[in-house]
Amino acid sequence: MKLLTANFVQCSVKACSATPKCFPLHFDQQTADVPLELAHEDVDFSPEFVYNMLPRIDWPALTTTARELGNNMLPETKPEIENPNAPEHEQLLRDLHTLLLETQIIQGSMRCENCGHIYFIRDSIPNFLLPGHLVQ
Amino acid sequence: MPSQFSPIQNAEALALEQQHVHEIYNQIASHFSQTRYKPWPIVERFLTSLSPGSIGLDIGCGNGKYLAVANPGIYIIATDRSDQLVNIAAKEKCVRRMKTADVGVADGINMPIGRGRFDFAISIAVVHHFASRERRVEAVRTILRGLRLDGGRALIYAWALEQGASRRGWDEGHEQDVMVPWVTKKNKKKNEQFDEVDELRETVVERYYHLYRRGELEEDIESAGGLVLKTGYERDNWWAIACPRTGDSVI
Ligand SMILES: [Zn+2]
Repeated sequence: MKLLTANFVQCSVKACSATPKCFPLHFDQQTADVPLELAHEDVDFSPEFVYNMLPRIDWPALTTTARELGNNMLPETKPEIENPNAPEHEQLLRDLHTLLLETQIIQGSMRCENCGHIYFIRDSIPNFLLPGHLVQ
Repeated sequence: MPSQFSPIQNAEALALEQQHVHEIYNQIASHFSQTRYKPWPIVERFLTSLSPGSIGLDIGCGNGKYLAVANPGIYIIATDRSDQLVNIAAKEKCVRRMKTADVGVADGINMPIGRGRFDFAISIAVVHHFASRERRVEAVRTILRGLRLDGGRALIYAWALEQGASRRGWDEGHEQDVMVPWVTKKNKKKNEQFDEVDELRETVVERYYHLYRRGELEEDIESAGGLVLKTGYERDNWWAIACPRTGDSVI
């Protein structure tokens, strides 16, 4: 699972969706049987793609996710970029590209801060299915 | 507030879906995948027409065939209820080098998505697998809820009752809730234990479908708080492009 995806998913439990605590899901507590594993996967760099995604990203959620995964390099506020091809922005867009698209969460778990439910990621695939008693 | 299902009906519908949709797709995943590789033209056109920077969902992505549609400017999060199909979609994603996409296992009604963040969603041949009208409407509501109020669009496809031109024999007036057999021919060499009994080389499973009559998809979309923008019929399916009705408390 990519970090860009983590910025768009939340707890599947319907009752949680009414609370702001259901997003983002947290990586701060991992389990022994599915320890957190990250990997780098090359993706062709497109400054326009990252630039176009920026307005869609929930920045506070991204900084939280990045911090929980060990990256403290993100600025506190969302950077403002006027021209994706301006040389002074290239490094920032490359860094975001690496973070959002090239960083793969191979395995680990995500926790809902509201209900405590844990969602596992295995073989890079997150599983958001709920046990029977939580399904609507 | 999300609508509540009547408990008995919901439990019955869930049990039916579990036995005749979820388990079946996991059983037939690899065979099914070999038969589903060609993107449908209207779906392809919908995806290629999206502007760069669009982010969206493929809910009920099956083997992930729409991840390969050539629009490098968009990001697709594709989910399916069947983990076996998602495993195939994950491989497709890598094989086809579509790196601006991701996959996950999720239920079409209990989706892990918030409100109003997606530019688009596609739901291709999925809502007809929900076994009560309430659940079909709730599945559509889930799709619409994820869309941005300023321009988010969903494309929804469902199997039509009116299939006069197909060999299946359904048409106007036929029962709408049907079981459709799926036949898997086993490889003889791999299943030598069956060699003495010819019939066992074929496995038949039944998938549940609700066949949509003309106008019904639009009715479900409206009941779910959506606005129908465009509709049509393609290859034995009804399809509709819809958006959330703004200012509607249902959404
Ligand atoms: Zn929760």
